[in-house]
Amino acid sequence: MSYTPAANINEQITWKDISPAGEIYESGTAVLVNTGDWRIMVPAFSEEKCRHCMLCVPVCPDSSIPVQDGKRLDFDFMHCKGCGVCYKVCPFDAITFGKEEK
Amino acid sequence: MGIRERLSGNEAVAYAMKQINPDVMGAFPITPSTEIPQYFSQYVANGEVDTEFVAVESEHSAMSCCIGAQAAGGRAVTATSSCGLALMWEMLYVAASCRLPITLACINRALTGPININCDHSDSMGARDFGWIQLYAENNQEAYDNFCMAMRIGEHRDVRLPVMTCQDGFITSHAIENIELIETEVVKTFVGAYEPEHFLLKKENNLSIGPYDSAAYYMEHKYQQADAMRAAKQVIQEVAKDFAIISGREYGFFEEYQMQDAERAIVIIGSAAGTAKHAINELRAQGEKVGMIKLRVFRPFPAEELVAALAGLQVVAIMDRADSFSTNGGPLFSETRSACYGMYGAPPMVNFIYGLGGRDVRVDDILFVYQQLEEIQDTGTTGDTYRYLGLRS
Repeated sequence: MSYTPAANINEQITWKDISPAGEIYESGTAVLVNTGDWRIMVPAFSEEKCRHCMLCVPVCPDSSIPVQDGKRLDFDFMHCKGCGVCYKVCPFDAITFGKEEK
Repeated sequence: MGIRERLSGNEAVAYAMKQINPDVMGAFPITPSTEIPQYFSQYVANGEVDTEFVAVESEHSAMSCCIGAQAAGGRAVTATSSCGLALMWEMLYVAASCRLPITLACINRALTGPININCDHSDSMGARDFGWIQLYAENNQEAYDNFCMAMRIGEHRDVRLPVMTCQDGFITSHAIENIELIETEVVKTFVGAYEPEHFLLKKENNLSIGPYDSAAYYMEHKYQQADAMRAAKQVIQEVAKDFAIISGREYGFFEEYQMQDAERAIVIIGSAAGTAKHAINELRAQGEKVGMIKLRVFRPFPAEELVAALAGLQVVAIMDRADSFSTNGGPLFSETRSACYGMYGAPPMVNFIYGLGGRDVRVDDILFVYQQLEEIQDTGTTGDTYRYLGLRS
């Protein structure tokens, strides 16, 4: 049986190499998985309007708003599900929300 | 060498559990398996084992408890029957799919509808496609021996599958028979410690079990289970070989009784094999070439070995103590006949559904089966392959 690291498990892996029963041997592996691909609505971030009040960061259910040196950065679209909670809490119209064009 | 005792089948299994001293037992009472957790909870109360006994509120919870305990790194056991096993259905599948080698003592009883507390195999046969290894016993000795071997099989690195050891409700679970137990220290050494490579309480590595599988991954995991079941065939034989060294008792996938020159034979599971042996002895005394195959391992199904054992016979009856209502015979019949398809000179086969809901199977009933086989042999006509034994009509 194979004890494959999560980073090596993808849709090309064979039954011999995939970990038994789908076991995962590390923490925080969701970061490796593209869970933003089923988003229908999408937020957009305006750097000019943002005052970095940080109200949007803790309400994001998917931790998809990265913060660096006291400032929020653009969305992590690999994990954002487009729920729109950040858009609702923003007091400065720095986040707009609309249908995603794919 | 061995401890001579007289125990019921339930006591024998509870005693094996005591000797093994598992980490956790999650169990809920149901006739006729109730005595197992009952005896075992006495061992717990007396301090004879240090097992955590979890008195759960249902069998679904009993199996959930075992899953949690085994995933945490412990050795978990349970016992159940009939509707209790049926209430575990969902979690039985989860246990096997998570590759958790839990051990379950199934005391075979009819499924309800109408309610019935007596023996047949409809409970464990209903769970036959869940990815559990299934071992069946003819008598108390075999029930004890199978339980002693179960963990070595299920926990083997190449297997990692749960094991169900089955015996006939009341017929062997409550009947007291002579039995030869193995010294506790010998059993403990034979079974060994449970040492999984990964488990939830291992602080050196993080582990997630049972995550979501999308369509891109699920089939690979199912094939792994099938491959593990294939590997179990080898392991079952190796464990039996080691067990023979400590006990002097030898076990294969099945027992062949008077098969060397047999022309007519039956394939059977469980306690009725004892009755059949008596019938065979009577017929052999009259010069009849009759034999029997008593299946011990139903999952994995020993198809190749069974085909080899059935080669050269003139006619075979497959005995099912459960119906599948497929109109094409019971589960043992379907699998055996399927295994024999394409076999050169495959003998004609008929199916007898027998002993449902505890209906007695007497020597006369088995003699009747051999007589039916003789008729097929003489006339060359198989007739209806799907028959009920002892049905009033």
